[in-house]
Amino acid sequence: MALLSVNDLSISFGGLKAVSDFNLKLQKNDLAGLIGPNGAGKTTVFNMLTGVYLPSAGDIQLDGKSLVGLKPYQINHRGVARTFQNIRLFSDLTVIDNLKIAYHSHAKYGLFGAICRLPGFYSGEKEMHEKSMELLKIFKLDHKYGELAKNLPYGEQRRLEIARAMATQPRLLLLDEPAAGMNPQETHELMGLIRWIREEFDLTILLIEHDMSLVMGVCENIFVLDYGQIIAVGTPDEIRNNRRVIEAYLGEEAS
Amino acid sequence: MEVFLQQLINGISLGSIYALIALGYTMVYGIVQLINFAHGDVYMVGAYLGFFATAILGWSFLPALLMSMVVCAILGMVIEKLAYTPLRNAPRIAALITAIGVSLFLEYGMMLLVSPQVRTFPQVLTEVQYKFFGVVITNRQVIILVVTVALMLLLQYIVHKTMIGKAMRAVSHDKQAAQLMGINVNNTISATFAIGSALAAAAGVLVGIYYNAINPLMGIMPGLKAFVAAVLGGIGIIPGAMTGGFLLGIVEAMVSGYGKSLYRDPVAFVILIIILIVKPTGLFGKNVREKV
Amino acid sequence: MMSMFERKIKKQIGILLILAAFWGVIDFMIKGGIINPYYELNLILIGINIILAVSLNLINGFNGQFSIGHAGFMAVGAYGAAMITLKAHLPFAIALLFGALLAGICGILVGLPTLRLRGDYLAIATLGFGEIIRGLIVNIDYIGGAYGLSGIPKLANWTWIFWLTVLTVLVISNFVNSTHGRATISIRENEIAAEAMGINTTKYKVMAFTIGSLFAGLAGGLHAHYFYTIQPNTFNFLKSFDILVMVVLGGQGSITGSIIAAIALTILSASLQKLAALRLVIYALLLIVVMLFRPQGLMGTKEFSFSMFSKKSKDKEGKQHGTAIGQ
Ligand SMILES: Nc1ncnc2c1ncn2[C@@H]1O[C@H](COP(=O)(O)OP(=O)(O)OP(=O)(O)O)[C@@H](O)[C@H]1O
Ligand SMILES: [Mg+2]
Repeated sequence: MALLSVNDLSISFGGLKAVSDFNLKLQKNDLAGLIGPNGAGKTTVFNMLTGVYLPSAGDIQLDGKSLVGLKPYQINHRGVARTFQNIRLFSDLTVIDNLKIAYHSHAKYGLFGAICRLPGFYSGEKEMHEKSMELLKIFKLDHKYGELAKNLPYGEQRRLEIARAMATQPRLLLLDEPAAGMNPQETHELMGLIRWIREEFDLTILLIEHDMSLVMGVCENIFVLDYGQIIAVGTPDEIRNNRRVIEAYLGEEAS
Repeated sequence: MEVFLQQLINGISLGSIYALIALGYTMVYGIVQLINFAHGDVYMVGAYLGFFATAILGWSFLPALLMSMVVCAILGMVIEKLAYTPLRNAPRIAALITAIGVSLFLEYGMMLLVSPQVRTFPQVLTEVQYKFFGVVITNRQVIILVVTVALMLLLQYIVHKTMIGKAMRAVSHDKQAAQLMGINVNNTISATFAIGSALAAAAGVLVGIYYNAINPLMGIMPGLKAFVAAVLGGIGIIPGAMTGGFLLGIVEAMVSGYGKSLYRDPVAFVILIIILIVKPTGLFGKNVREKV
Repeated sequence: MMSMFERKIKKQIGILLILAAFWGVIDFMIKGGIINPYYELNLILIGINIILAVSLNLINGFNGQFSIGHAGFMAVGAYGAAMITLKAHLPFAIALLFGALLAGICGILVGLPTLRLRGDYLAIATLGFGEIIRGLIVNIDYIGGAYGLSGIPKLANWTWIFWLTVLTVLVISNFVNSTHGRATISIRENEIAAEAMGINTTKYKVMAFTIGSLFAGLAGGLHAHYFYTIQPNTFNFLKSFDILVMVVLGGQGSITGSIIAAIALTILSASLQKLAALRLVIYALLLIVVMLFRPQGLMGTKEFSFSMFSKKSKDKEGKQHGTAIGQ
């Protein structure tokens, strides 16, 4: 059975049909891309998948269970984590606190233990600290653990956002333009990192990206969205030579 | 039925006052997304200016009204320049806290200036009562309504037919786009504060001649309630503020007429909470979703 | 692992001893008449104001919501506790607990519907609720109506107020410096991201609001049993503004900031007691000037500690979100 299966998903804002009859299936351990011109509705799809927007029609199933109508935090608890196109870090907090917040759902002590400072509090905190440091190491941010998130360079903020999403221990990771604003060197490293975390954590990843070298380089399967509708699905090679896709992108450039 | 009609008339008078103050709240919120907490206190200052003109200078009603409106318009612009402009790009809460500060400053500054005692307005208009079917209408109530309606018509004219009105609507719709179109955003915001403050001042003078008594803290409750009226109608929407003001005035009058007058104040806030929970955009408002 | 726990315990016992010594010295001075009743009154007020400011800071500073109705919850606690001693003749501790819990329950009832509102709307709603609570009290003759309640036994004293202030600060700082506190703070930082990272934002907003209200109720109970008479007007929105000024001035998100501001402003208002209007003009100017020139207040979101001044701690600064007092 597919890990994620989206059926005929639609949403409109006022009169605008931002996404219509969107269908997508992801198998466990897939690494897929969602591309399309600006304003095609990619971020809107993510927002529906994560419960930020309620779709006006259609269904989203994770492991056969519907996610529609759940709150974003409940969807996260089911194992879906995401990053945002316009970075949304807890910018006045430290790098490590950003991760610890994401570990919150897995905290090992309760409210009472925290207020009374029972032994469980200290061991629980220690465990969270260690786990957060491990993740920071993977994302090469461990030396910056005490800095305020807002003081990191842009590329590192993007990495931190992925690390934070990973700290919620997801099965499905949604990345919204993870390479936006990165230089080619950083983008290249990011590709390696994305592949690596997928293997290491047995993840399924869906990513939105405008950087075609990244999409074509890491994704095995690509969904192309235009005006809220899927116009093509296939491997990078198939997509590269698809007429409708070329038209959609050229049309965009011509206008 | 008589009670109902009588309270309806009282409610319309009270509602006129709320509506006039609410207009300033709504216009300012529409243009800079700030709850101008000090707005109720501008109304208080307006009442004192009216008192000063009539009781001390011996002016008649209309000149006093006009003077008060002009001075408060300037006061409104000064407040905006000194306290709010520097915070235009700060978090909204910072501006709100500043507005609370300005409000306290006007209230207690006035108290230092004129002492906390209640002042009695002179009888600028000798009261005449008209009776219809057992319902009493006073000439003061008629004047309140006439002045209110006249000012509202004038406001509608300004907002829809003049350049400054068009600029106000453009800026409240999209500040950046308006700027790019060559509209002077700062002047437009100043004008909005001026117009709103002038309307509040008019309300202050009207209340002075209606209830006769004024004091430095008189702006707190009507200010809050006018805000409730603005939210009720849909904040940022001018006809909404008018409707909300009259509705709130009538509801309050009905509560005092049929129930316990002590419940008058809480009722306004109960309405506020209900509207905020059920339809935060107000009666006339449209829902908008935040983009993520 | 245990050694770390033991180290913490040792440090806590040390702090407890210092606090006990401070309490004992003051207590001795009050009983011996070295501290006259006027200064005693101000010590009491400082304690109550610290409870109010720290608890409001949890809501406004740490959770990033904006309540200006704190006095309403203080009123609930004051009346609730007074009813228990005055009408039910139960012990003081039970009265305080009852008042605090009642205020906490009101906090849940108020918070659930209104915390969905954002920023300034929430501010107005909480102010409205404060006024509704006051309006209800005015209209209930059984609890004295507009005249208020008098003849409440004077059960609160330095000892009660000192230790309950310590308890409040301890509970709130322990809360803030835990995973629950971080969840609370994440909502202030970015609500949408917090929700996406699995934080039940409604739960934590209501929790912060409830804990804050609960301690406001505790302050109310102490107030009622020290001043033995309470009136609905004692708890109007001017009182709420007073508390707000403390939080803003001290720094929204700093417990020590709130404590320092509560002490300073209590002393300031005591020295301006005869000039109530002037005091408020000064408060007003303070608010405006702070917002224009130092919107983060005295401490920002940092906590005061003596190591702040040593060079060594320079690089540690900001590495932890505040170190709790009494930890
Ligand atoms: N909350 C909202 N209210 C109104 N319209 C919206 C909202 N969110 C998205 N839209 C509209 O839906 C359409 C799709 O937007 P979306 O952000 O999903 O595009 P996108 O494919 O992510 O584009 P980009 O590559 O620029 O990020 C756009 O026309 C956008 O204006
Ligand atoms: Mg997008």
